[in-house]
Amino acid sequence: MKAAVIVFPGSNCDRDIKIALKRFNIKPIMVWHNDTFLPKVDLVILPGGFSYGDYLRCGSIASKSKIMSEVIKHTKKNKLVLGICNGFQILVESGLLPGVLMRNHNLKFICKNIYVKVINNKTPFTSKIKKNEVLKIPIAHNEGNYFIDKKNLKKLKTNNQIILQYCNEKGLVNKESNPNGSLINIAGITNTTFNVFGLMPHPERAYDSLLGGDNGKYIFNSLLNYGRN
Amino acid sequence: MKLRVYVTLKKNVLDPQGSAIKNSLHNIGFKSVSDVRQGKIFELNTNENDENKSLKQTEEMCKKLLANLTIENFKVEIAE
Repeated sequence: MKAAVIVFPGSNCDRDIKIALKRFNIKPIMVWHNDTFLPKVDLVILPGGFSYGDYLRCGSIASKSKIMSEVIKHTKKNKLVLGICNGFQILVESGLLPGVLMRNHNLKFICKNIYVKVINNKTPFTSKIKKNEVLKIPIAHNEGNYFIDKKNLKKLKTNNQIILQYCNEKGLVNKESNPNGSLINIAGITNTTFNVFGLMPHPERAYDSLLGGDNGKYIFNSLLNYGRN
Repeated sequence: MKLRVYVTLKKNVLDPQGSAIKNSLHNIGFKSVSDVRQGKIFELNTNENDENKSLKQTEEMCKKLLANLTIENFKVEIAE
């Protein structure tokens, strides 16, 4: 399996994801945002960081960069895109995913381990995880407060596009386990065809117990499984 | 021609920054303030001289980049 990691000015998790991909035998190819050519890959990754210094709105300027029109074409061939943290913000700003990520409700940058519940495991990104399994993965963001209007929230629910919800250690999705004020504890969603996935937690920071946790590996294993089939 | 763009949060969207500013105003004695909503202003200079065209173009800019229509409204006016 091959993956293109898009590097924007201000990306800072691009090399972490590169190392993680190699660990799972997914070949990473680094692609600069100003390029107009996307190599033939199965998966595009929009990494975490602070693209364009978070100017205007997080992810807004990156979503209009040259390579993004190629990334949009790539999704139309039903190929995979994974956006982590700032990558998720870029996906909502580009319109590849619905909704928006606003400033955390407590106005603080939050960097800590949290728990997320896997709501839908019938996607290429979660196929190797049991439904309702609880994963411990770190978050590190200032704008992770997911919002969408009522009508579109209903669509997300009906189409099973909500993939991850913040929860406590036991898997209870409640207000206390919501770190950033996100609507119904949303931590990760896909598009209607399940080939574009955006999430705030950083699986590339938790794929080996040496990093303090290995629950992120299940997402990479799922991708690998999808690549094999 | 100079244009001014106002980008504000939609009514039903929570504005924690606005609330924090409101609390701070209360702390320095402005107790009568009941609500604060924070927004953005952009000032643009354009070489387009036709008013209608430049207004229309700026509205397009708002839809494509300056505002996020999921949570924000915008208003465009000619400044000079």
